[in-house]
Amino acid sequence: MKHPPMFGYLAEFSTPTELVEASHRVYGEGYRKIDVYSPFPLEAACEAIHFETRLPLVVLIGGLTGLITAYGMQYWISALDYPLNIGGRPFNSWPAFIIVCFELTVLFSAISAVIGMLAMNGLPLPYHPVFNVERFSAASNDSFFLLIEAADPLFDAKTTPELLRGLHPAGVWEVPY
Amino acid sequence: MSAESKGGATAIESPAQPGVFPLIEPGHSFNTISDKITSVVVRRGTPLAWLGGFLIAFTLMNVMLGAIAWLFFKGTDIWGINIPVGWGFAIVNFVWWIGIGHAGTLISAILHLLKQSWRNSINRFAEAMTLFAVMCAGLFPLIHTGRPWLAAYWLLPLPLTMGVWPQFRSPLIWDVFAVSTYFTVSLLFWFVGLVPDLATMRDNSPKKYQRMIYGVLAMGWRGSARHWRRYESAYMILAGLATPLVLSVHTVVSFDFSASIIPGWHTTIFPPYFVAGAIYSGFAMVVVLAIPVRAVYGLQDMITMRHLENSAKLMLATGWIVGYGYIYEAFTSWYSGNQFEFFMLSNRALGPYRWWYWSLITCNLIIPQVFWTKKARTSTGWLFFTSCVILVGMWLERFIIVIVSLHRDFVPSSWGHYMPTKYDWATFIGTLGMFTTFFLLFLRGLPAISIAEMKLLLPEAKVKE
Repeated sequence: MKHPPMFGYLAEFSTPTELVEASHRVYGEGYRKIDVYSPFPLEAACEAIHFETRLPLVVLIGGLTGLITAYGMQYWISALDYPLNIGGRPFNSWPAFIIVCFELTVLFSAISAVIGMLAMNGLPLPYHPVFNVERFSAASNDSFFLLIEAADPLFDAKTTPELLRGLHPAGVWEVPY
Repeated sequence: MSAESKGGATAIESPAQPGVFPLIEPGHSFNTISDKITSVVVRRGTPLAWLGGFLIAFTLMNVMLGAIAWLFFKGTDIWGINIPVGWGFAIVNFVWWIGIGHAGTLISAILHLLKQSWRNSINRFAEAMTLFAVMCAGLFPLIHTGRPWLAAYWLLPLPLTMGVWPQFRSPLIWDVFAVSTYFTVSLLFWFVGLVPDLATMRDNSPKKYQRMIYGVLAMGWRGSARHWRRYESAYMILAGLATPLVLSVHTVVSFDFSASIIPGWHTTIFPPYFVAGAIYSGFAMVVVLAIPVRAVYGLQDMITMRHLENSAKLMLATGWIVGYGYIYEAFTSWYSGNQFEFFMLSNRALGPYRWWYWSLITCNLIIPQVFWTKKARTSTGWLFFTSCVILVGMWLERFIIVIVSLHRDFVPSSWGHYMPTKYDWATFIGTLGMFTTFFLLFLRGLPAISIAEMKLLLPEAKVKE
């Protein structure tokens, strides 16, 4: 596959406030293929790049699947496949089925939340170009990074790093492939 | 420039009022938090206390494995169980262990939803405690079947040649679903919480093999804001799911008892009383684990007296819910006018197991009252001692519920007596070893305190408008 000579430019900031301000600026300039890295969740940074997740919908679908599976299984087993008269209770004793319905709803929701989160995040991902910048190991520790990808239509090998330098970062790096 | 160079960072919520302990001692920065928690695993060697503890725990675990091997060879006859007491130690220990797990989920899920930031330093190891406690719990019903290699056919809805299925109107099958769901959700919750910290471990490890191992486990986590957003969403959803789940697990366990007609079991107070008891014993276990861990690894600045004191307050509160359960149980036995219920009450207090019963009252209701004094709540000695006492007390409570109700029910001709054998004890004490072994391995290999969440406690983590 052919790709541009570099992945993008990475700017480092030492406080979350500087990072969020810089993200607002870069987004305001019209860049869209940007990403923000922090060692802990930063809601403001996420707002700055206007990102919202649809994960709750995935979980809802997972949970409903669990509910239908649980009731369907119990109904089929107790009323259709092998009906047994237990103390004169109806074959479809729905109050007794509530607990397993609840458990499987929770189980399927939780599994879809975790698998959905990992899949939408594209993890596991063994290789990503940002790791080529040696300084990036601080992103999980005490530093904050802003990335502009070369794939962005506004990207320019000259003006983009100048824009980043103008935001007073602690450093700017070229991200090689 | 690192965050450190911006001068001394002060912890959020510094002790404004005298007597209020901070959540994290002053002087920490992002860097020192990562460094301190990861160095326990990747830089510092294995402490002597760890090795000693592991040796004892691993020996006990092997005692258990030996006892179980003999059980599989001989059958459940080597235990003290017989008719009328068919449940015995296996069920006592099952209920006790699964209850201990509840505090971990309460800390990680319920306190998260309630935005209690004091949970941030104790949630990780409390969740690990939950997992290992549920493993110990799950072992008992399996070996109680006598032939656990057949248990899958009895417990799970698998198609058999005979065409029969598990009975979905029975609380016992509800329990299978409740406990297995609880274990799976706890494991997922714990793992999701670990992923960003594994990335920190990867980036802070000095040796290549360590970076390889943590790198694989971190799955390429790079802290992108989009990832964090989905991560936070997943974490919040898991907390929301785990909250009703944790309350339901011990409720379903109590249905195993309360859906029967045995005197002492057939009561409506069982679900809330079981859940409160579970959290009571779980917090006791959290304190029993936290005190040595913070001492050995010098983590007193992260697991502070505030955490221990809050745990003590929760133990006091849940202890009184349990106490209310005892009082109400006694009142109902008398007020119902049912002779079998009333006999159960007097048999508990005056019958052959009276010593067990009065020890239970002493351990669960009398000694923990020391927590009314601030001195006891803030002294590690008192905290450790009282928590051990509560753990014993809650175990005795499970014993009283299971054994005393079963051994004398309705017809005196069918009464009996139950005494555990050495194999019962070996299996029970062995699970304590198994629990400790797993917990020590967790401490040795994974970050015992959530690194990302601890950083959120620092004032410089806040974005200034």
